[in-house]
Parts: sequence; C-alpha cells; structure tokens
Amino acid sequence: MNLFAETWSYLLDGTHWTGDGGLLARLVEQLLLTVTALGAALLVGLPVALWLGHRGRGGFLAVNISNVGRAVPTFALLAILVAADWPGSAPLGPYGRAGLATLIALALFALPPIITNAYVGVREVPHEVREAARGMGMSERQLFRRVELPLALPVVASGVRLALVQVWATATIAALVAGPGLGRIITEGFARNDYAQGMAGAVVVAGVALVLELAAAGVQRAFDPLPRGPARARDDDVSEPAATVAGAPTGG
Amino acid sequence: MTLPTQGPPADDPTCYSRFVNEWLCWQYVEDRRGEILDALAEHVAITLAAVALGVLLALPLALLARRFPRLETAVLGFSTGLYTIPSLALLPLLVPFTGLSAATVVIGLGLYALTILVRALLDGLRSVPDDVREAATGLGYGRARLLVRVELPLALPVVMAGLRVATVSTVALTTIGTLVAYGGLGDLISHGVQRDFRSELLTAALLCVALAALLDVVLVVTQRLLTPWTRGAGA
Repeated sequence: MNLFAETWSYLLDGTHWTGDGGLLARLVEQLLLTVTALGAALLVGLPVALWLGHRGRGGFLAVNISNVGRAVPTFALLAILVAADWPGSAPLGPYGRAGLATLIALALFALPPIITNAYVGVREVPHEVREAARGMGMSERQLFRRVELPLALPVVASGVRLALVQVWATATIAALVAGPGLGRIITEGFARNDYAQGMAGAVVVAGVALVLELAAAGVQRAFDPLPRGPARARDDDVSEPAATVAGAPTGG
Repeated sequence: MTLPTQGPPADDPTCYSRFVNEWLCWQYVEDRRGEILDALAEHVAITLAAVALGVLLALPLALLARRFPRLETAVLGFSTGLYTIPSLALLPLLVPFTGLSAATVVIGLGLYALTILVRALLDGLRSVPDDVREAATGLGYGRARLLVRVELPLALPVVMAGLRVATVSTVALTTIGTLVAYGGLGDLISHGVQRDFRSELLTAALLCVALAALLDVVLVVTQRLLTPWTRGAGA
C-alpha cells in the first residue's frame, strides 16, 4: 500500500517534526493541554467526590454526572465555547488559539471518571472496617485520611488513569475548531488532501495514547499500597465495574 | 452555504442573520428543516449501523473468550487497546481501506462499541447462576439451546446496560465523523464553527443530546419488555 509508505516517509522526515506547527510542537501543545485540563479536573472534582463518598451522600449525583457527560458530545461543547463571546477562540499563552475553550471542554470531560471512581472508591470501603476504626477512637478526619483514603486509592487511581488517557485522546478534537494539538496535523492533512500527513498525525496520537496508558498502568501498580495476592482479586472486582461505569468515549 | 443576509435588512433581519447571530432561532430551524432532518437521519443511520456492527462482532468474540478462557485476556486486551486509539486518529487510520465514506465512520465507531459490548456480554453470561445452567442441562438442553433459551435471556439486564452505554457514547462520537464529511449532526456543528453560525451549531448540539436521551429511553423500555421477570425485583 502506497499510502503506508508515504506515511512512513512523512514520519521519518525530520523537517515535519521541527518548526512552528510541526509534529513536536503540536505534541507538546497537546501534552500541555492534557496535563492542565486533568489537573484542573482533579483540583475541582477529587475533593468534592471524596468528601461526598465519606459522607455517603450524593451517589445519585456522582453516577449521573458520568451518564450525562457521556451523552454530551465534547466536540459540540467545544464548538459552543468557541462560538461564544467568552471564552471564544482567542489564543491563551502556550496553549494556542482557542486554548481556554479547549481547556474548559477537556476539564469538564475529565470530571465524570474522576468523580465517579473517587466516590465509589470511598463508598466501597467495608462497613466493618469503618466501624473498627471508629471503635479504635479515630476521629472522622483520621478515619478518612488513614483508613478510607488508602483503601480507596486503587479505585481512585484507576479513575484518574482513565481520565488521563481519555483527555489525551479527546484533546485531538480541538483541531475541529482550529484549536491546538496534534489533531491539527490530521485535519490539515485532510484539508489539503495530503492523507499521508493525516495518517502520520493519527499514528503519533495513537502511539502516545498507548504509551500514556502503559505508563499510567505502571505508575498505578508501583504505588498500589495493598499487597498482592488474594486481596488483589477483590480489588479488581471493585474497580472494574467502576471503570466500566465511568468509561466514556474517547472523543465525541 | 453562506449565511443568509437577505430579507428586509433595515427593519427586520432574521434572528440567524450575520448581524444578529442568535443562539436559538426557530426561523433557522424552519428555513433549513430539510438540511437538519437529513443530517439527523444520517446521524441516526450511522449510530445504529455502528452499534449493530459492534454487537455482531462482540457476540462471537465474547462466546469465544468464554469457551476458551485463555483467549479472554487476549480478547479483552485487544478491544481495550482499540479503545485507547483516539477517535480522530482512528478515522484516518481506516481511510486507506474504506476511503472517505460513511463506512469509515461506521467501522470506527463499531470498534469502540465492541469494547463496551464484549465486556458487558462476558459479565452478563457470568452473572447466570450455575445451578440454573445445570438445571437446564439436566433437562436435556444442548449447548446452543442453553445459550439461546437460558443464558442470553438471563444475561440480558447486564448486556442491555452495556448496550445503553455503547449507544449513548456512539451518538456523541458520530459527530467526529465530520472529519471524513460523514458526521451527521457533526457536519452542521463544524459548519457552524467555520461560519460562526450560532443557531446552526447549537441546534445540532441539542439534537445530539436529545437523540442520545431518546435512544436510551427506547433501550430501557425494550429491556423492560424483554425481561418481565426483573420487574419488581429492583433490577
């Protein structure tokens, strides 16, 4: 297939990587977007969801946020933000044109998996464990920090991991509103009928997505506070439905 | 297509003219009814075809993974790997095979739906109690009849939950198809962005959300009709 050869040579050509709007610049742009949006979502979503989980309230809210989040196409949200008077399509520092609109859309997109998993994670801490901690004289604050939080960590972490990969993937669609990121390489390729360029952009985006997924899985494993063995199976049972519940589309 | 600036501009420009550019404009919906309905129909067709494709692919994969437990990790790993490929990247990767056609979008979205559906099918089949299975076998049910008459119906609540997730996600994802000019309502959204045409893009966005909600309700009702025994059990 000719196109594959062309894509390959596009990727090997150093000049396509350097310069303004080159692959490398776009890659950095998209990574920056991803990290900022994820950070903002964590800052806003995590404390609220953990607190709700501790109080055992708002489960309805936590689950439904993720259901509603799935139904709203991020592309549509982004388009509305860009066409609005605020934030509009103005450039924002290193994020480029439509930077603020893209950041808002991505942070909103990252919220559902973070909120759902954090809430479910704290909620799933067994009742007896809670009671035992209270019986030992722990205050609510100590109970939360020393018992609930460590036990919930694997589920919370898997939510963050899901959000990271999904935000990276979704950041690509900023290009549909002429925003920043690697998607620009793809849409420009299509606009100029240069499919090799479109394919090359797609390969880089997909490659980084896989690297991020594997890296996040590695980090999660390294910081897992619970010992391996029989306990592991139970944790997976807890985290998997939660991850499925929060499993929003990669894009949209 | 350009923004209409016709009509008596001095005293009464339409609410979607270049000068007013309102977000909600019924006049726009009336004037462009045909265009909107076409986009909606394309959106529905692509979504349904993609979900149907996902089901068709997921069922044999799930049965295979269940029959040969060794394959389960491979099947789940493969479909999860597909899921990490961003949608805007997956479409260009398919273009060499399917070109700039609706098939590209359908196949791409079908692959995403596959991930959710394989998991749901496996979880659903696993939720069938062993004694039920043994009872049916004792009654002389063969493997195929057991699957069709006992296991699949009992797995339905879990499977339908997955189908709802897959369908709602696919409605949202179809908008991305605009990259290859087959995005249904997504085409209206991207046109609206290019022309700074607010009522067009908001109307399309609202229709997307409404369509997702409608299909979700249809699936819930279908599930209730298909699984009368779960009613009252709180499932």
